[in-house]
Amino acid sequence: MYQTTYHRASSVDEAVSLFGKSSEAKFLAGGQTLLPVMKQRLAAPSDVIDLGKIKELQGVELSGDVLTIKAATTYYDIMTNADVKKAIPAIAYLTSVLGDPAVRYRGTIGGSIANNDPAADFPAALLALGATVKTNKRSISADDFFKGLFTTALEDGEIITAVSFPVPAKAGYEKMRHPASRFALTGVFVAQTKSGEVRVAATGASQSGVMRVPAIEAALKANWSPSAIDNVTISASGLLADIHGTAEYRANLVKVMAQRAVAAAR
Amino acid sequence: MGVEGIGARVVRKEDKRFITGKGRYVDDIKLTGMTHAHFIRSPHAHAKVKGIDSSAALKMPGVVAVLTGKQLVDDKVGNLICGWAITSKDGSPMKMGAWPAMAPETVRFVGQAVAVVIAESKNLARDAAEAVVVDYEELPAVADMQAAIKAGAPQLHPEAPGNQVYDWVIGDEGATDAAFAKAANVVKLDVTNNRLAPNAMEPRAAIADYDAAEEHFTLYTTSQNPHVARLVLSAFYNIAPEHKLRVIAPDVGGGFGSKIFIYPEEMVALWASKKVGRPVKWTGDRTEAFLTDAHGRDHITHAEMAFDANNKIIGLKVKTYANFGAYMSLFSSSVPTYLYATLLSGQYNIPAIHAEVVGVYTNTTPVDAYRGAGRPEASYLIERLMETAARQLKVDPAELRRSNFITQFPHQTPVIMAYDTGDFNASLDAAMKAIDYAGFPARKAKAKADGKLRGIGVSCYIEACGIAPSKAVGSLGAGVGLWESAEVRVNPVGTIEILTGSHSHGQGHETTFCQLVAERLGIPISQVSIVHGDTDKVQFGMGTYGSRSAAVGLTAILKAMEKMESKAKKIAAHALEASEADIVIENGEFKVTGTDKAIALPMVALAAYTAHNLPDGMEPGLKESAFYDPTNFTFPAGTYICELEVDPGTGKTSFVNFVAADDFGRLINPMIVEGQVHGGLVQGIGQALLEHAIYDANGQPVTASFMDYAMPRADDVPSFNLSHTTTLCPGNPLGIKGCGEAGAIGASAAVINAITDAIGKNTLEMPATPDRVWRTIHAA
Ligand SMILES: Cc1cc2nc3c(=O)[nH]c(=O)nc-3n(C[C@H](O)[C@H](O)[C@H](O)COP(=O)(O)OP(=O)(O)OC[C@H]3O[C@@H](n4cnc5c(N)ncnc54)[C@H](O)[C@@H]3O)c2cc1C
Repeated sequence: MYQTTYHRASSVDEAVSLFGKSSEAKFLAGGQTLLPVMKQRLAAPSDVIDLGKIKELQGVELSGDVLTIKAATTYYDIMTNADVKKAIPAIAYLTSVLGDPAVRYRGTIGGSIANNDPAADFPAALLALGATVKTNKRSISADDFFKGLFTTALEDGEIITAVSFPVPAKAGYEKMRHPASRFALTGVFVAQTKSGEVRVAATGASQSGVMRVPAIEAALKANWSPSAIDNVTISASGLLADIHGTAEYRANLVKVMAQRAVAAAR
Repeated sequence: MGVEGIGARVVRKEDKRFITGKGRYVDDIKLTGMTHAHFIRSPHAHAKVKGIDSSAALKMPGVVAVLTGKQLVDDKVGNLICGWAITSKDGSPMKMGAWPAMAPETVRFVGQAVAVVIAESKNLARDAAEAVVVDYEELPAVADMQAAIKAGAPQLHPEAPGNQVYDWVIGDEGATDAAFAKAANVVKLDVTNNRLAPNAMEPRAAIADYDAAEEHFTLYTTSQNPHVARLVLSAFYNIAPEHKLRVIAPDVGGGFGSKIFIYPEEMVALWASKKVGRPVKWTGDRTEAFLTDAHGRDHITHAEMAFDANNKIIGLKVKTYANFGAYMSLFSSSVPTYLYATLLSGQYNIPAIHAEVVGVYTNTTPVDAYRGAGRPEASYLIERLMETAARQLKVDPAELRRSNFITQFPHQTPVIMAYDTGDFNASLDAAMKAIDYAGFPARKAKAKADGKLRGIGVSCYIEACGIAPSKAVGSLGAGVGLWESAEVRVNPVGTIEILTGSHSHGQGHETTFCQLVAERLGIPISQVSIVHGDTDKVQFGMGTYGSRSAAVGLTAILKAMEKMESKAKKIAAHALEASEADIVIENGEFKVTGTDKAIALPMVALAAYTAHNLPDGMEPGLKESAFYDPTNFTFPAGTYICELEVDPGTGKTSFVNFVAADDFGRLINPMIVEGQVHGGLVQGIGQALLEHAIYDANGQPVTASFMDYAMPRADDVPSFNLSHTTTLCPGNPLGIKGCGEAGAIGASAAVINAITDAIGKNTLEMPATPDRVWRTIHAA
């Protein structure tokens, strides 16, 4: 790791002002992505501004049909939260299969979506549920937030403060875990909104990051059941291929995970 | 058996310090004035080193020195050696390319060191390393074995035309051809034995400390065999004569073979510590472990097995290509030859075997012994062949094996090994019973109704352990003897120190070795301590690998104990005014048999050291040593059966049951044996399902971190169902065969046999990743 200066911010405003004062600052949340990258000397921030202890970035709120998870809430706290389990159990399940216990105790929803790893789990949930990303400056819909591999709509120095999810009629997530990293080799989140709209998002599959799957959405809109997807064909073109999964295999997984997510949806 | 004697499930003495974080590993050691080394490693698989400019780095804060391969060669530090000479079928010696500890001219794999920065801290050394400019001229590289042996392939070493290390044969070709000529059926199989990265939990590390006044070096290093390290460092690398070099291997966090070898980093640390006049520490990180720890396996094999009309095996032909990587590591030459092809008879009566092994250089990390070393490759091949044969001949795979088992012992195979004893039917029966083999078809049918493909796979392995009778291995080209030594020191107050040439890096010697003493003397193990891993404390010994520490190392302790006990009995008889022949040892006392006359061990020990009243002419003291050279290998064997389900939608495998019935001869501590089996099985399952060290066509490693290289985790493996069937090894007085490698040798075939049974297709390479299994299911 290169030399860096650590700051613990006590408020979002303080974090923003610290960011403005340093040459190449990085926000730090759970550190489960940033710290390994720094240890490998692949990132060299002059300053690290820790968001982890900011009170206003912690916790979960359920108000009417909206579930809001603050940005620095850890996966573990999300997984065990009663409101999450009640309102959108698929999110509690998603966090339970994310990484390993050490990662879940430290990693945060804000860090995950800011990083936008093409195999991360949470981007699929945000996209399928039509969530809204709240920052210190604005609100951004999930459809506009994820911009491809490791790229988001966030501006330099912009801080995610929370994510709000409209509570769906039904939602489910299934993931084939990458055998080494335990990220999603492919994961599919399916959701049926209270107004009957169907949204399906796949992660780990596409070369351009998390994606909607219109063919499956159409099939499920017509008939919300696993068998409705039987005859859908997912093209392998544009899908990721690596030593753990060919593009054809991932295309198959998009379909199979979608079917299982529908079967598990509550 | 006493409460802590042979056969007792004694809790491991060493675990208190390991579990409470009080272990003392190389990296825990900090010497006054210590500097830190960081190696500059080639990013290219094959390149000329045209120049190294360290001028900027030398000006950076905390930098003590930047040393290069050229300086190392100028200082006449010797090239790395290979300690086992193999002769090709044409009579020519193996072709060894020169391997300097840092490359002065040419790098041949990604990660090969070209220079080292010595600085006040690891971080400063890393900072400065980034300022060292190495001018490489890239050369064409070849990582794939089959590509490497083609005409026109990039050539690695001028010494080895065609990238061939050797072309070696074993067995009787004429007899084998004759058997095939009269065969009723021939079964053919192509298999790849995937390359593995060993990944001991503790990365390799070294601290070298040169004392200029004494012209003496001390090396702390992660070694499975510190004396062998000292011998090689002094005899071949011109570091220092043996009496001026002390090698200490303190607590070592796993080896699996990868810490047998003497690596460039410890050589460079020693040389550098003299150059800079201060201690030099190097601790590898995980990436360096992936790039530079010797890898394992990596064979491509075509085999054919001939059967007569009664489904008896009459011949076996094998041709194997073995990847050596870019250089010949210390014991690499023996692994695909004498540790592999000599086990090709498996548990079966095979009258004629012929095997040919071609060693190949590629621009990849060197390959050497890794848990099982050659024997997993042999066992996997034979057990895949038997399964393939059963499918082709349409007979039950367990019954085909049974009808070909060797049942008479001793049994001379056509490939050198003479099996001393065993009962292969007993372990097959035990495993079949444990898994309810007969009930499998019903379970398979039920799983099918649930949409799952269920399979069962048998693997009957045998290995040659207790490595090794020195004369025998010497006649086959080994550069060392493979005996073991031990010393028993009874202290004046009766506590006991056992000094052993074996080295414990996870095996639990500090417990099991004490149990032998407890058994013989009837004293608690708390009164015994085990000293190992320091060439200044322990007499020359050969170290730990090849499941040898109990069969060979513990037998050496037994021999020393017998000498000590004999002297102690004389002292006791003298004190008790009895005949030596009437003295028996019980509960820590020397008793005159049939009487109540006794003298306690501490009193005997005290008498030995006060020497006030010893038998006439007896030397004072109570300390004996012994060297034990085994007369044969030992032959642990057993049956593993795996039952699993494949999800046809994803190709994912889930275990239903995994049973292991092993014959290890006598068990000293069944709990520790079970731990060894568990670990071995997990490594075997890891090879079958998850692990694969992969290079791209240009020799760039694709799997140099745990993000890509899939190590098995607890939830990847089932809860194991273990049992033992026992035939005592006649070759050593304790009847021990060894248990350290069995799991890794036998497990992978059981898994692949079960998956291929489940999916109804016989061709499936390891690792059987979900993607690969799914594609195999759905292939036309
Ligand atoms: C072993 C391992 C396994 C893993 N497995 C999975 C998995 O299965 N699924 C999965 O989805 N992920 C997985 N991860 C990644 C994990 O989820 C990370 O926690 C996540 O990617 C980053 O979250 P973090 O809170 O740790 O962020 P950090 O590492 O602290 O930060 C990551 C990036 O986000 C930025 N950032 C953080 N918070 C904010 C914010 N509030 N506003 C703006 N920018 C911010 C940081 O500046 C940084 O650039 C794994 C990681 C590890 C180490």
